[in-house]
Amino acid sequence: MCENAYLTEPLKLISIRKETEIDFTFKVEYNKPLLPGQFLELSIPGVGEAPISVSDFGDGYLDLTIRKVGRVTEQIFEMRPGDVIYARGPYGNGFDCKLYENKDLIVVAGGTGLAPVKNLIKRFVSNKGLLKSFTLIIGFKSPEDILFADEIKQWETSANVCLTVDRATGDWNGRTGLVTKYIEELEIGDPASAEAIVVGPPMMMKFAVLGLMKKNLPKQNIWVSFERKMACGIGKCGHCKIDDTYICLDGPVFNYTKAEMLLD
Amino acid sequence: MGYKLSKTSFDRLLQAMSKRYVPVGPMCAKNAGAFSDTDSIRYGKITSYADLELAQKSYFSPKEFVFPIRETLFRFNGSNREVPEVAARPIAIFARPCDINGFNRLDSVFLENGPEKDFYYARRRKNIKFFMIECLTGFESCFCVTMKANKTADYSVALRFGEDEILAEVKDEEFISLFEEYGEIIDYKPEFKDSDNAKVELPNFEGIDLEAVFNHPLWKEYTQRCIACGRCNTSCVTCSCFSMQDTAYDAAKTLSERRRVWAGCHIDGFTDMAGGHSFRKNNGDRMRFKTMHKIYDFAARFGRNMCVGCGRCDDVCPEYISFSACINKLSEIIKEMKNV
Repeated sequence: MCENAYLTEPLKLISIRKETEIDFTFKVEYNKPLLPGQFLELSIPGVGEAPISVSDFGDGYLDLTIRKVGRVTEQIFEMRPGDVIYARGPYGNGFDCKLYENKDLIVVAGGTGLAPVKNLIKRFVSNKGLLKSFTLIIGFKSPEDILFADEIKQWETSANVCLTVDRATGDWNGRTGLVTKYIEELEIGDPASAEAIVVGPPMMMKFAVLGLMKKNLPKQNIWVSFERKMACGIGKCGHCKIDDTYICLDGPVFNYTKAEMLLD
Repeated sequence: MGYKLSKTSFDRLLQAMSKRYVPVGPMCAKNAGAFSDTDSIRYGKITSYADLELAQKSYFSPKEFVFPIRETLFRFNGSNREVPEVAARPIAIFARPCDINGFNRLDSVFLENGPEKDFYYARRRKNIKFFMIECLTGFESCFCVTMKANKTADYSVALRFGEDEILAEVKDEEFISLFEEYGEIIDYKPEFKDSDNAKVELPNFEGIDLEAVFNHPLWKEYTQRCIACGRCNTSCVTCSCFSMQDTAYDAAKTLSERRRVWAGCHIDGFTDMAGGHSFRKNNGDRMRFKTMHKIYDFAARFGRNMCVGCGRCDDVCPEYISFSACINKLSEIIKEMKNV
């Protein structure tokens, strides 16, 4: 008899950190191997299950940066350190970090799209020598929506960080405008060999990729991560399928040459 | 091995095999149809030849025996997760070749797609044996021959239900002794339907720009006609999508269960994500998604088309949308694209 992949496992909540009014990072005990960009099927008994990307991980823990938007996530916000949440996975292909070594790497992240690439960013920030150059273009709707604000500041020490908000509020004196505006301003030494990762809402990804291609980055050097409704995470439930591709199995990370063929 | 049985001896055989198997087949539920004075043809437990309804196609497919409409995956009882048992008694499904081929498509998704087998499907599936109903004429909306789903070798026993007698080919040794006891040895091999009542021509997508197909005005017609009820999905033997559903038994949620329930790509909410993003809001886009899955992209992944041509989606659509007509229209469009 085969293993029951649906049997979810208890994870103990270590700590909760407030990022914004509606985004919290939940740190849980975790010991299984993980790749950046993978996701878990997170659940609360009696409430439901939802796919959540892993924002960071390390020895004995992982982080889930969650926005309070649905039935399951609302309940997660009621939890306290020491409580138990359930998860199965990890699922998905994740990012192959080796691909970017010794290259100029540009990461374009929009809103909660920063979560699935956070661990990858940290890796390259703390091992600066692995890349030729590292550029981050990170966009949020408003200053109130900024995730990982302290860490973004730290990243500035080893990466070219461009943090922007769609519209300024309060005493914001940083950049404003969409990420595409800053892609236009990019100066890429050798675009043919540079690599780019784009993660965010569908419209943002579409125009960010077009912007990068205008800068002469070849399609095959652009990587995107998809977000879709998923009930199983293991290629059975059908919700995330696009054409012959299952986002949960074949993705969520795709090379753009593949991603551009995926028509919903 | 071939056998001949009278209806009485078939009934005795059915009784004898019921000790070990649950025989199920298409049955007529009188006055149980959606409209007054109409019957509903459904799968159910048969005890005699008279129980079988062979003159009409069943409204639902027999997929429920491996993929129930709603299935409890496990119960959360405090910190325990308890997986319910399923009946250990194997099921003998009396099914036509198209439906047997439908199970083969379900196998692809539940057992072969991705590294994990589906535990719940697998444990029911291993308890299924097929008693194939020879089907030489099919019904008005059938197009199994076009879909290459008119033939199968995946059966324990094949049966021809004649006017007075029943002929059987027994391939599964387990049933030989039963047929030896109740039948009389003759020569019989089942035959398969070789032409369709519904004339369907599959499009040849080779060299075609899929984006042009996706954006073709054809699909707009279905945005106007389809009401997203999902009957085509639920009646389809090969539709296998599901959603998760949690239900708590008490306010404190110390006791709850996780279920999976059928989902369908035509039904509202199929792609909805928390936070408001969704895809294919127009019903025509859903028709396009389903059509391409059934006759194009499933085959790209698994090597054979998903649709088995049973025609149930045509039979059940309250808006009289015909899937076979849609395939034919698409074929014409593809031909035009190639001629330009």
